[in-house]
Amino acid sequence: MTVWKLDVDSTCCIGSGVCAGTAPELFVLEDDQARPVRAETAPDETALDAADSCPVAAITVRDETGETIGPRP
Amino acid sequence: MTTANTEPVSYPFNDADGLGLSEAYDRAQEDAGLLRVRLPYGEPAWLVTRYADARLVLGDRRFSRAEAAGRDVPRLGPANADTGILGMDPPDHTRLRTLVAKAFTAHRVERMRPDVRALAEGFLDAMEKKGPPADLVEDYALPIPVAVICRMLGVPEEDRPKFREWSDAALSTSSLTAEEFFAKREELRAYMAGLVAERRAQPQDDLMTALIDARDARDRLTELELIDLCVAILVAGHETTASQIPNFMVTLLEHPEHLAGLREEPDLIPAAVEELMRFVPLGAGASFPRYATEDVQVGGTLVRAGEPVLVAVGAANRDAHRFTAPGKLDFGRESQQHLGFGHGAHHCLGAPLARLELQEALRALILRFPGLRLAGDIGWKNEMIVRGPFSMPVGW
Repeated sequence: MTVWKLDVDSTCCIGSGVCAGTAPELFVLEDDQARPVRAETAPDETALDAADSCPVAAITVRDETGETIGPRP
Repeated sequence: MTTANTEPVSYPFNDADGLGLSEAYDRAQEDAGLLRVRLPYGEPAWLVTRYADARLVLGDRRFSRAEAAGRDVPRLGPANADTGILGMDPPDHTRLRTLVAKAFTAHRVERMRPDVRALAEGFLDAMEKKGPPADLVEDYALPIPVAVICRMLGVPEEDRPKFREWSDAALSTSSLTAEEFFAKREELRAYMAGLVAERRAQPQDDLMTALIDARDARDRLTELELIDLCVAILVAGHETTASQIPNFMVTLLEHPEHLAGLREEPDLIPAAVEELMRFVPLGAGASFPRYATEDVQVGGTLVRAGEPVLVAVGAANRDAHRFTAPGKLDFGRESQQHLGFGHGAHHCLGAPLARLELQEALRALILRFPGLRLAGDIGWKNEMIVRGPFSMPVGW
């Protein structure tokens, strides 16, 4: 089964809550910063949307080959 | 215990003149539960004043903006208008936001810093050449964000007098009747539709052209969504920053030791901007209520499904439960997670750009004029959702 890997860069996350507000099934706020609910998820366009929407581009989505697919260019 | 049947208190609390924060908020933050309030128009609402409650209501999907449609929304002015992208929930909201979000990320915006700095210096050159007094709003605070957002979006800067009137109307409260409000909105939409038609015929390297492509080639949004998104970017892209530049300067002039510190150590300016974002209560009162989609406990009150909740961001930013000595301006704060740009799905899309503009505008101004001072009375906007001077005479 294909899985995508989600990552939030804690060095630049500002805890804006955009990802958790947009995709609560994928991201959660904890101690003023966001983290993925699970590090891996089934392919889900919402993850790419969240990566695109992050004001500091702290979210990375990678496919099963490890290639970065979000945020989209 | 406050219940939905408690007689609501009249709101907003803050004076439109100046940047004060009403003492009524202190009491509300200490008392258990939420406050029941009535705005000049619309149904009564719950008012959130504490930081933790504010983060809950702004960040949790159980509180909806879209549910405001069709309701007698608690509001400051007579027009019960839909609010475009600000009136949407995910996934509709996400669909529109992702179309523009990347143009405003911190990384993208940082590349604009040299241009914004040069722009600020240019307006200061013009002020210096003309000689004091200058109007800090008309000669500096307004033209900087207008020029930046016009260039990004693809709107002619020289149309500023036209869209300033429409844009003021979009954020006005009681100065216009509902009919006047909607008429101004249609004028602004027609103006934007004209620009969109020009771009369709002759695509440019700008955000408007990218959005037209998203509609025409990828069918990602409707024509009205396209127009309203461009309008929202134009209005939200300059009005608040144009208010905060003079608001921050007023605050710094009232804190001369802080101002002197920034002149000595300009590297403190980014931290100062964050603290000023927290410290300055921009809104006259809370706007854009969230509607609960199910029963939710908020700060000791059970908010019932279907009830509207307003968030007083300015008060939450000065909540003693969250910030030590909240009424003190302190550029050395460790945690600066203020709510000045909101929180959650609707967190200000343009926050990185606003930060950059505020940093560069303050920096250029305070370094150029060490003797900057007020040279007359400030005229305060008093019928707008955001507070700030409409004129601010300064000398140097």
